[in-house]
Amino acid sequence: MKTRILGFVALGTVVAATAVALFVVAPDLNQGDAQRIMYPHVASAWLAYLSFGVTAISGIGWLWKRDLRFDAVAVAGAEIGVMFTAFAIWGGMMWGRPIWGVYWQWEDPRLTTTALLLALYVGYLLFRRLTDDPERRATRAAIVGIVAAVDIPIVHFSVEWWRGLHQTATIASPDRVLDPAAPPVFVGTLLGMLGAFTIAWLYLMIRRYQLARAEVAREEAVRIERLMAARAAGPSAEVAR
Amino acid sequence: MSAVRAEARTALAIARKDALAELRGRHAAVTTLFFSAVVLLLFGFALGPDSARLAAAAPGLLWLAVVFSGILAVNRLHLLETDDGALEQLALYPVARRAIYAGKALGGFAVMLVLGLVVLGAVGVLFAVDIASAWLPLLITVVLGAAGIAAVGTFYAGVTVRLRAREVMLPLLMLPVLAPLLLAAVKATAAALAGDPFGELGAWLQLLAAFDVIMLVAGAATYGYLLED
Repeated sequence: MKTRILGFVALGTVVAATAVALFVVAPDLNQGDAQRIMYPHVASAWLAYLSFGVTAISGIGWLWKRDLRFDAVAVAGAEIGVMFTAFAIWGGMMWGRPIWGVYWQWEDPRLTTTALLLALYVGYLLFRRLTDDPERRATRAAIVGIVAAVDIPIVHFSVEWWRGLHQTATIASPDRVLDPAAPPVFVGTLLGMLGAFTIAWLYLMIRRYQLARAEVAREEAVRIERLMAARAAGPSAEVAR
Repeated sequence: MSAVRAEARTALAIARKDALAELRGRHAAVTTLFFSAVVLLLFGFALGPDSARLAAAAPGLLWLAVVFSGILAVNRLHLLETDDGALEQLALYPVARRAIYAGKALGGFAVMLVLGLVVLGAVGVLFAVDIASAWLPLLITVVLGAAGIAAVGTFYAGVTVRLRAREVMLPLLMLPVLAPLLLAAVKATAAALAGDPFGELGAWLQLLAAFDVIMLVAGAATYGYLLED
């Protein structure tokens, strides 16, 4: 019940923040309406990093405490993180097309870093599906999640350098929105969007966690059922096999 | 102090065992060397025959070939362990887990180093790049790059070796993680070949070294959990 209320609060705040970003705030002087994409875009990027951080910390939690609930949080983080990463990239491309003239800009370190992030965690999710035993899967996924998280700062740093060492940024970078010199109404809208998205994230995380727990419980039930069936068939079936 | 020495001895013994098995059976080297040669030829077809263009792309092609064949090499080295359940035996030995990781990584490093040097030579010949005049920075780059691929590869090969779909999962997991290494190694190679006009070579080599150290530490810290399951 509490989760359902949280869901409605999330829906309400996201709709309200979207309405403000679309209709209340004035368009940007240089970028026009395209700049409005930045509000959900920045919010998604922030939640992507938060989700992957949660996945890594839950992995450590599993290795330490051996409680499968940690693994359920880890899979929720990875899956929701991939969703927000994809959304951030999509928003970035929609913004890049009118502003840069191209969908993809190799010189933007954030875009390339985010693309690698997506590859890292899609790999993590595919990898999870290949192990059936829940505890083994949790262990393997935990270490892959930890190493992926360790890689994120190196990726970010190296891509930043890759561009930075031979030329400086010539194009307005997305973090201009966060420039304190930006009018307070822009900053306020962005913060509102961040808050609304974070509430929605929390709701999705709780729901995905519950689903993951239910999945494990079902797997366990199926396993016990099979075991019982084998036992009922008796030792003759064992020999026949 | 003696504990560290014991771990180092364990690691060396495992690396020696891998090197010996490799020298006698040639499971990894022959196939991967041949594979990298084919990859280089195909790069030539894809980008050539303009030799200036090929020479300009040479650092990138060199490292793509090394990374691709490196995936095959680390996979082969780990498959050797699973064939007869040898990895389970290895896991039963009363030695530090990180020593086992270090040994496997060291064995992988030896194979990757040979592979890297041969591919470097082949790139020099095929794409008309003057590697002799910049041999020292190139050698350092290959050593650091080989160490990084071995560190990451040993970890991921250990993760995927018991999966059904390991041929797909290994590159899928490994390649995005290797992206910073590829980037730094290509930049360092390009800078070395150009005579380092902007003085950036040192910075890229430092990045490579940092990548190696971080991945070695991460691998050593987590590899033990793999062996227990």
